[in-house]
Amino acid sequence: MTSIGEAVAAAPRTSLKGPRRPPGYRHLHGSDFTWTVAFILPYAAVFLAFAVYPIGYALWMARDPALYATLAADPRYLTSLVNTLLFVAIGVNVKMFLALVLSGFFLRRDWWVKALLFVYMVPWVIASVQAFIAFHWMLIGDAGLVDGVLSALTGIEGPVWFNHRWLAIACNIIAYIWKWMPFWTLIFLAGRTAIPRVLYDAAAIDGATGPRRFIHVTVPMLANLYLLCTLLSVIWTLGDFNTVYFVSAGGPSSASDVLTTLGFHYTFEQANPALGVAAMMSALPALVPIVILLLRKLDSGEVQL
Amino acid sequence: MSLALAPLAPARRRYRRRRVLTEIGAAILGLALLVWSLVPVYQMFLIALDPEEGEIEFTGNMWPHGASLDGFHDVVTQEARYLEDFWRQFGNSLEIGLLTMLLTVLITSLASFAVGRMRLGKSGILTNAALLTYALPASFLVIPFYKIMFGYGLSDDPWAVVAAQVTFASPFAILILQHYGRLLPLEIDDSARIDGASALQVYLRIYLPLMAPALAIVAIYALLLAWNDYLYQFVLLTSDRHLTVSGTQSDLFADIDAPWNAMMAAAILYALPPVALFCALYRYVARGLVLGEVKG
Repeated sequence: MTSIGEAVAAAPRTSLKGPRRPPGYRHLHGSDFTWTVAFILPYAAVFLAFAVYPIGYALWMARDPALYATLAADPRYLTSLVNTLLFVAIGVNVKMFLALVLSGFFLRRDWWVKALLFVYMVPWVIASVQAFIAFHWMLIGDAGLVDGVLSALTGIEGPVWFNHRWLAIACNIIAYIWKWMPFWTLIFLAGRTAIPRVLYDAAAIDGATGPRRFIHVTVPMLANLYLLCTLLSVIWTLGDFNTVYFVSAGGPSSASDVLTTLGFHYTFEQANPALGVAAMMSALPALVPIVILLLRKLDSGEVQL
Repeated sequence: MSLALAPLAPARRRYRRRRVLTEIGAAILGLALLVWSLVPVYQMFLIALDPEEGEIEFTGNMWPHGASLDGFHDVVTQEARYLEDFWRQFGNSLEIGLLTMLLTVLITSLASFAVGRMRLGKSGILTNAALLTYALPASFLVIPFYKIMFGYGLSDDPWAVVAAQVTFASPFAILILQHYGRLLPLEIDDSARIDGASALQVYLRIYLPLMAPALAIVAIYALLLAWNDYLYQFVLLTSDRHLTVSGTQSDLFADIDAPWNAMMAAAILYALPPVALFCALYRYVARGLVLGEVKG
């Protein structure tokens, strides 16, 4: 290393100047350029063939304004729009907040907390369709596990969950949180371990412990990650199909349907795929700002996973 | 000394009491999380172990009366209704899941390496472009996908499902790989290059081993995406030959008299491969969690 340093020091100063480039940047040439292109090519091909083209095709399928008039005239559409809003707004926020808080709990170093983390990840690892069918049987009314335990413990006759619109939506949201909270807890856990210990030590010297430490150190350090994850989760949850389709099955009589399951009904039961795609596309005005915000957040380069 | 210590004693007692309360609180929370995580799994076993076929009712017994492994037996021997082809469907699921996992890891790690490590302009561009995939959620695109796959000559082909899953797993995978890659200094690559290693050698010998924790998360994520999927497998695969475990679920759901004990036994068997993968890769994931700490 010293010899290189000496060589650089001995070389004429002018050769170091050259054209100005950002540090760490250099031109690719020859075989390096070929390798780089070859490495990117597979993903570029996948992206163009299976992402750009389908998105364009979907927009083209849903281009007819008459489709949206049909949607607006269908009372089921308005219902499912409200349901989607509730499902996403409550589901994502409750899940994210609980995941953030619980990631703090899983930082504890006790052996049983580490073992518990393993069990806690089980919902994420179990396939969603089967898990949601289990939820469906658990809540099937007085024959279900939940009402059975409820009446055995307290004597209260539990409701028939899927016979009420709001209860059915609540069941969907709970099943959704059960399934996806562990994944985000893991992400926040990784984010928390990346917070320098020094900050916590300094906060402790200043007398910040417990909740105050959480508010004044953890929250500012994780704010960007939290926002990024929430935005991603909103997009994924808007597209969530399995939860509603298998937990409440849209019941009672499609009163708890969301846009994706309604689009599915239009496509397969009414054999009207264009209307199905249009029902889902109607979420686009909400999606575009979210994606733009997501990209800008990432571009700022502040987010650390 | 005694003057200084005397006022401290109550404070210390208060501190100790608070510590005990915190421990009790943590224990209660831990217990609640244990129950919360396992109740639906318990429900699956409750139905799977029931000796009677269509029994989904909760009878008040915490353990099924006369519990038996008949459900599992009927699945393994393919005697249960709807499950005559269970192992073929299981194989199809496994094929789609593993191909999705391997291709996602390969394609996204190559792209992330090229952009993040070869210093091709700004690395943010790749992540940004990839995230545009999420402009529309995956389920919104299933019908266009069906039509496009027909055009590609991939209708009723497992590769169509793999293509869809790889497409939707990749943006998040690239996001994870790019951010994790930033924790590794570029000087490691440079010193290897000075020693005469080619780009491919740096990728194989340095990038892949060092990125193991991030790649483990990507692998689990991709496999689970394919494993959780119902919509694409249901829509894109039409012939019996290509049906998967997940894609067959809707038939049963419509049938009240389906053999539910065998169904839930099948569900438990179906849950095993991702659990096995998670167990196998858990130490890498845990190492990834610790790395941030060391770095900080």
